[in-house]
Amino acid sequence: MSAPELALPTAPSPDRPLMNAERKAVSLWRMSARAFFRTRLAPFGLALVIVAVLMAVLAPLVAPYDPNFGDFSTVLASPSWSHPLGTDELGRDILSRLLHGSTVSLQVGFGATMLTTFIGVVVGISTGYFGGWVDEVVMRFTDGMLAFPSLILALAIAAVFEPSITSILLAIAIVSFSTMARLARASTLMVREQEYIEAARASGASTPRLIVFHILPNCLSPVIVQFALLASYGILAEASLSFLGVGVRPPQASWGGMLQSGYQYLEIAPWLSIVPGLTIFLTVLGFNLVGDGLRAAFNPKIRGGA
Amino acid sequence: MQAFLLRRLALTVPVLFVVSLIVFVLTNWLPGDAALARFGEEGIDQRRYDALVAEMGLDDPAPVRYVRWVADTVTGDFGVSTRNQQPVSELIATRFPVTLQLAVTSLLVSLVIAIPAGVISAMRPGSPVDKVVTVLAVAGVAMPSFWLAMLLILLFSLRLSWLPPSGWVYFTEDPLQALKLLIMPSLVLGTASAASLMRHLRSSLIEELRTSYVTVAQSKGLSNRRVVFRHAFKNAMIPVVTMIGLQIGNLLGGSVIVETMFGLPGLSRATVDAILSRDLPVLQATVLFAAVLVVVANLLTDVCYAALNPRIRYA
Repeated sequence: MSAPELALPTAPSPDRPLMNAERKAVSLWRMSARAFFRTRLAPFGLALVIVAVLMAVLAPLVAPYDPNFGDFSTVLASPSWSHPLGTDELGRDILSRLLHGSTVSLQVGFGATMLTTFIGVVVGISTGYFGGWVDEVVMRFTDGMLAFPSLILALAIAAVFEPSITSILLAIAIVSFSTMARLARASTLMVREQEYIEAARASGASTPRLIVFHILPNCLSPVIVQFALLASYGILAEASLSFLGVGVRPPQASWGGMLQSGYQYLEIAPWLSIVPGLTIFLTVLGFNLVGDGLRAAFNPKIRGGA
Repeated sequence: MQAFLLRRLALTVPVLFVVSLIVFVLTNWLPGDAALARFGEEGIDQRRYDALVAEMGLDDPAPVRYVRWVADTVTGDFGVSTRNQQPVSELIATRFPVTLQLAVTSLLVSLVIAIPAGVISAMRPGSPVDKVVTVLAVAGVAMPSFWLAMLLILLFSLRLSWLPPSGWVYFTEDPLQALKLLIMPSLVLGTASAASLMRHLRSSLIEELRTSYVTVAQSKGLSNRRVVFRHAFKNAMIPVVTMIGLQIGNLLGGSVIVETMFGLPGLSRATVDAILSRDLPVLQATVLFAAVLVVVANLLTDVCYAALNPRIRYA
């Protein structure tokens, strides 16, 4: 591994006083951002994620048709100028449904991830910092949760509620909670023992101040990496649940639901399955690449080289 | 080693307790009325309904029901399906071998893909071969299993007519047909774990190839192949063994989709059907069974890990 490019300022020596320009510090975030953009795959992943977000945001503006309008004169039409991605079994425009479906996928993916990150970080940091019997109980709970195959657990949780965006969002958030909480707890345990925490405590920082300004920022990098990976998991899980029939209700477009209904016409209209599947694949790939890129960018061992 | 085993075994007890609690709370939370489901198409009569509720013990407080359920489960009484009155233990006995067979063949597929790919790319990190393998692995992790399944069915069943799109026979009945029916499901289920196993093997082997004993072996003039297979590979596999153990949960979760798509009568499919039809006893038993399998797999993984790595054993 080569020496880090962003080397720390060289030590001042008596015959060569430190110049102001040399002392210019590079923050960890900027260093990480540079490392992130230096690789080839991570920016590609970010581009995929941005495209997916733009699809969701701009869907109502750019979708050529009403996603739920069925034109029975063009049922199962193959891709053409008027319907660039073809139509489904009810004559609905696939491109429009795909654009509107992205809203569901991203809402669930981001929503579940934000919820689980917020709760997971709060629980993880407080149990990691305070320890005690609450910590013991929470950790045993996460042990139990992690023993379930996640998709089966998510299915069972989703089935408790009426099928809706909220119910699958909650199901996915509950399933992902354990990983996030344990990750935040593990970083807290490590950060808690650092000397700068001791220094802050010695200089009179209160416990809330210690947690918010000293522990939290130093626990963030693994959490951010996990955020990207959980978002990709959330999108995949939403598609799986919709595919298995416990996702959003049928008239509403979702990528998993489109795949499920299109699957029956695999032989005569394969584009019904190929297009939404490819979209899910590329979006999940995007989040995974961003996650991998962030992991490398935050890792000082990898950051220097490659 | 004995002390380690005892300590590790003791750790599974609280996990199993929490698992059973989660299953109980979750399934009791499910909307629907088990007593009502028993009536089926017959008319509902308040007196008979009350009698049935009392007979099924549904009016007892939750802790009482929990203890009774655990006691029944531990003694092997999983109850009967509310949908078709089939004993749940019988259902598990017929469904589980299907899932097990699928899991084993998928794991084989993933190892057959992951080990050569991981070794080749670790031997030449940064080479074009390594780059191709890495990109394929990244794609494999992101590939939604149901989409891969559709693409395979589209290509091999509908276009080329090489493989049947769905169905199930036991190996003992018709080995050739069984194999044909298992190829696509195992490939779909094996791909995701192959990708993650390969990435772990690659990084672990690269790390191992940097150690001083490898340098010694190389400076003795041993061939690259010998250094990798005789020396580094075994040590590089230790963390990968843990990953293989962790794949059991992923395989069980993934089998939900694969069994649905390829029409395999496995345990995961039974769980989905139980969820969709609110068949409480089946749901409780199959979910609990899956979780216990994962707990046991994790236990075995840790034991293997300790057997392979003395540092863990004596920690």
